[in-house]
Amino acid sequence: MAVLTRFSSEREGGPSPNAVAEGYRPLDRGTPFQGGIDLRWTRAVAFFAIVAGLWFAAAAAAQDTLPPAPYAYRQLDDPVLEAKAQGLMETLRCLKCQSQSIADSDAPMAGDMRSQVRQRIAAGEEPEAIRAWLVERYGDYVSYAPRVTQLTWPLFAAPLFLLALAALLLRRRFGKSGGSAK
Amino acid sequence: MSDPAPEAAEVKPRRWTLWLPLALFAGFVALVLIGLMRPADREVASAMIGKPLPEFALRPAFPGRPGLSRADFVTGGKPRLLNIFASWCIPCAVEAPQLAQLAKQGVQIDGIAIRDRSEDVSAFLARNGNPFVRIGADDVSAVQLAIGSSGVPETFVIDGKGVIRYQHIGDIRAGDVPTILRKLAEAQ
Repeated sequence: MAVLTRFSSEREGGPSPNAVAEGYRPLDRGTPFQGGIDLRWTRAVAFFAIVAGLWFAAAAAAQDTLPPAPYAYRQLDDPVLEAKAQGLMETLRCLKCQSQSIADSDAPMAGDMRSQVRQRIAAGEEPEAIRAWLVERYGDYVSYAPRVTQLTWPLFAAPLFLLALAALLLRRRFGKSGGSAK
Repeated sequence: MSDPAPEAAEVKPRRWTLWLPLALFAGFVALVLIGLMRPADREVASAMIGKPLPEFALRPAFPGRPGLSRADFVTGGKPRLLNIFASWCIPCAVEAPQLAQLAKQGVQIDGIAIRDRSEDVSAFLARNGNPFVRIGADDVSAVQLAIGSSGVPETFVIDGKGVIRYQHIGDIRAGDVPTILRKLAEAQ
């Protein structure tokens, strides 16, 4: 909240509105066009400053102040376990930032998920068990590793079917007439 | 797109098969276009609806209310609301009047504060009102992950046996209150 007030006070009393006023004053009748451009420039800069201020204020206010979870940014001491955890984290979707894996994201929730993954791997749990646990809670969406299910099997079957069809057609065309076809 | 097909068929039977790949491709393009035009649904619904709450026990989020555990829900009493919120979450302040209204109508609301400090929770509740009976502190989003919640605010309807019956994603607007009351009644 303090961040928000700081940004809004800068917005009200900061240099941008003054800059607009000062940009207007030196306008004289001799160079109206030049002044017009200057004014538009300062206005545009002021506008972007306000938008940027609002953006950062909102972004800063929508963050928590707690330190990250213990293993959010700390690797496991055992490199074998860390590699296992890393492999899993790269194939789990960040729920806040949906086109990133939790390994790639700095969202606090992704940090909490990384910490939980590392702690559970350190406790001896298998990566696929952790994935299954998350899929049970969020559905297949949370995992980047596709599964063959009742819904998705055509995706896996279609290429095989098309390959078989192509082989069949090619054999009919080239196989029988022994190369003289075409 | 399929207009030329009958013409071709008149000239030579079986010629329509020539157009089949183009028709398939046109169908594919149409499918892609429909997918592009349709507004994206970025909400991740919990898959825990109809399942019992997982085991958990959270310390109090601030001194004013007791903490929260699974046992608090398994009382055989009336269905209750479990509100996932945080003091740093702006939509959580927006839904405060609706939560207050639900509490006034006799709905018991328990809260879980995500990644929050005690003094921030106190200030947030002092500013926006406190409709909660109990508030647990979830510092590493552990309970949030365990119930399939993907952000703040979210509100769950929990029945008297501790089974999750409904999930509302995002802030509760005035128009959502009747739906939530209906879901609470259905969970009886």
